[in-house]
Amino acid sequence: MGIAVAMVVNGRNVTAEVDERTLLVEFLRRDLRLTGTHVGCDTSQCGACVVHVDGRAIKSCTMLAVQASGSAVTTIEGLGSGTQLHAVQEAFRNCHGLQCGYCTPGMIMTAVELLKRNPNPSEHQIREGLEGNICRCTGYHNIVKAIASAAKVLQATAAA
Amino acid sequence: MYSFNYVRPSSVAEAVKALNGGNFLSGGMTLLPSLKMRLARPETLVDLAGIAELTGITIEGDRLCIGAMTRHSDVASSADIQRVLPALAELAGGIGDPLVRNRGTIGGSIANSDPSADYPAAAVALDATIVTDRREIPASSFFTGLFMTALQAGELVTRIKFPMIKRAAYAKFPSPASRYAMVGVMVVDTGKGVRVAVTGAGPCVFRQEAFEKALDQNFAPQAIDGIVVSADGLNQDLFGTPEYRANLISVMTRRAVAAVQARR
Repeated sequence: MGIAVAMVVNGRNVTAEVDERTLLVEFLRRDLRLTGTHVGCDTSQCGACVVHVDGRAIKSCTMLAVQASGSAVTTIEGLGSGTQLHAVQEAFRNCHGLQCGYCTPGMIMTAVELLKRNPNPSEHQIREGLEGNICRCTGYHNIVKAIASAAKVLQATAAA
Repeated sequence: MYSFNYVRPSSVAEAVKALNGGNFLSGGMTLLPSLKMRLARPETLVDLAGIAELTGITIEGDRLCIGAMTRHSDVASSADIQRVLPALAELAGGIGDPLVRNRGTIGGSIANSDPSADYPAAAVALDATIVTDRREIPASSFFTGLFMTALQAGELVTRIKFPMIKRAAYAKFPSPASRYAMVGVMVVDTGKGVRVAVTGAGPCVFRQEAFEKALDQNFAPQAIDGIVVSADGLNQDLFGTPEYRANLISVMTRRAVAAVQARR
């Protein structure tokens, strides 16, 4: 027995029956096999599970799948085109913005929303914007550089 | 997490009727972690996200009205609030982290009365009015203790009404891990008197009347020099002693007063 949910995930219509207790991150990883979204702490602190729900970056370990019913969800798998990385993904690669890579999907999803709200952030604003994302390797310096670099690329693209 | 019935009604009346001894679910930033830790076992969760009448930021006469389901990020980025009550937009922009601010709501924060939450300080210092499905409650009598409020069983906060006062500021010393207030102080110069409300330090938000009297005489950071804040009854935890918090009340009050002065 479950509750029917219907949502759009990375542009695809998805319907399923879920237990009411299913977390959004569990639904994405277990039911949809979208394992790019990670579970780090499972206590709303680390940000490894960040996805976008209706355009807002949120922690998917602290949202029920039933709450996301009727919404549009974007995960790290939905950012690029499959053959081309999103500018923020490309910048993380170029700037060595990851070490073990565990926090990276959440960092990137947070960064994409940050740049949408504030296309030209200062270093301080980038660091504030990452307050909900923890990198256990402590590789913040290059993550911040990657986001600043992506901001330049995105602005140049927007101006072109 | 224990099992529960999940409902998502579309009106306040339906939500109150559906509650049946359960819990209202607003942003879920406190409730969902509590359920995951099995600290709560509601039979029913009434998700408020589908209720249009609980959203919206409007100016009605001399009041700023904010729907209970308004997310912290929407309060922080609202051009109207930045214009008429900038201290509240700044406070909202400092809650938790951006991801929490995208989910957490003003109504949820007010109804929860977490001892370290930021919004209660604004509600009390600004003398806000908490509107529910059945009455209006002044903020001064709303917060009654640790996670305790004047709300009756099944009563739902629908919106919060604030006076529009530019001369107000909030200063907080956040826990570096959680961003909850170790101590947060809201200072408001109403024109008819100064109000100082403190969160994070005690079981729930409270006013610091000795500071208010001193600031009424002389609205300047140094006006509270020499006033001793008692550590009696203040919070003790991993992050700070009652004495440390007592000192922070003075420090954050001075910072908030300076921020109000800088607003002119």
